[in-house]
Amino acid sequence: MSPFEYERATDASAAVARVSARPNAVFLGGGTNLVDHMRLGIARPELVVDVSRLPLRAIERLPGGAVRIGAGVRNSDLAADGTIRSQYPVLSQALLAGASGQLRNLATTAGNLLQRTRCAYFQDVTVPCNKREPGSGCSAIEGHNRDHAILGASQQCVAVHPSDMAVALAALDATVVVLGRQGERRIPVVEFHRLPGSSPQRETVLEHGELITAVELPALPVAQHSAYYKVRDRASYAFALVSVAAALQISDGRVADVRIAFGGLAHKPWRAVRAEASLRGAPATEESYRRAAAAELADARPLKHNAFKVPMARNTLQMLLRHLTAGVR
Amino acid sequence: MKASITLQVDGRQRSLSLDTRTTLLDALREHLGVKAPKKGCDHGQCGACTVLMDGRRVTTCLSLAVACDGAIVTTAEGLAPGGRLHPVQQAFLDHDALQCGYCTPGQICSTVGMLEEAKAGHPSFVTQGLSPQANLNDSEIRERMSGNLCRCGAYVNIVAAIRDAIGKGAMP
Repeated sequence: MSPFEYERATDASAAVARVSARPNAVFLGGGTNLVDHMRLGIARPELVVDVSRLPLRAIERLPGGAVRIGAGVRNSDLAADGTIRSQYPVLSQALLAGASGQLRNLATTAGNLLQRTRCAYFQDVTVPCNKREPGSGCSAIEGHNRDHAILGASQQCVAVHPSDMAVALAALDATVVVLGRQGERRIPVVEFHRLPGSSPQRETVLEHGELITAVELPALPVAQHSAYYKVRDRASYAFALVSVAAALQISDGRVADVRIAFGGLAHKPWRAVRAEASLRGAPATEESYRRAAAAELADARPLKHNAFKVPMARNTLQMLLRHLTAGVR
Repeated sequence: MKASITLQVDGRQRSLSLDTRTTLLDALREHLGVKAPKKGCDHGQCGACTVLMDGRRVTTCLSLAVACDGAIVTTAEGLAPGGRLHPVQQAFLDHDALQCGYCTPGQICSTVGMLEEAKAGHPSFVTQGLSPQANLNDSEIRERMSGNLCRCGAYVNIVAAIRDAIGKGAMP
């Protein structure tokens, strides 16, 4: 690990000013991804500004029914919150599907959004990776790419975003609240993460020095009928091969409202706008669900080792919609 | 870069000066000689370094010690003050819930923290309806303990030990 200065922030604006002023400074939250990257040599900050003790640990109900989640709320506390469990069960389930009990006690809401891909080539500093070292090449495109993207990838990068929580937030139309030198701005979570394009080293639209202070969930009645399904190589404590977050409201046998996002398929949580459009107003039948899943996966471009993800994503979505229709979570 | 911190470890107040790069695990083992938490993967993947920090189970290999200044740390050793075993430790012995024993201190701290979480109403991924009153059956125990790997494969007896500890009132 390279040497670094450590400072503990007592004020969010001051922390933003400190990191903004130093190109090689970073914020430290729970540390579960950053400290590992520092040890692996992927991150070599000269200044670490610890924001984990800032007063950003509250989950607040806002007027009108929205919920504001502080950036420093631990994943375990968010998953166990009574409002989240009853009004946004898909978010509780997604959080509980990620990592382990020990890690969820450390990991923060903001840090979860900012965690980086677990692509084995990204994490191995001895091999080329455009994300870690722009211009060096992608080892995964011709390599072991079973875990990689089938949607929205580029010739420069085929990595997938690892978060479960972010997939639920994408389905729920959450908003990321960010503090920068010019004050606060609000970013829809579906626009927060980027597709790789020609600059896979940039995973979000955050500018250097911008600090996430909160995530807001809108009042969303359909979210009460929601769930998160995750398919992985072992029953627990593994990253997703494919995951689906969905919320479904049926009225008079037709789809009145629906939200869907996929994990494990792309460089960002994949909001399934085509599937949603195909479903809105359609009869709540297996045929509608099959058609919606097929529409979303029509542009899938599997790599050598991950063609299985196409039917897996279709089947997982159809199964989840079927279960939500039957009232099973 | 050097930093000075204090930790309360297993009931004792400890002050230390260390490099900012030092993890909590290395601070405990190498600086303070507290060897109960074990270094397995050093990447947060195996759970062997689990302790209770401010009452919650955490891995110690991914936390910078300097960021833990002021924390109250309880290791598996601290769960047995004066050599009186914690009910979870006794259950692990009664059920032969180990082979080489390297993962055991982490398994035990994780179990104690997991039972506190269950008592506080935390659901798991397998809890029906995300109920705060989960029935800690074997499937719940396995899910909640999945962050602790045992390369000897003593899982069957670990689950039995935890089930027994719960039955005997170890659930706080």
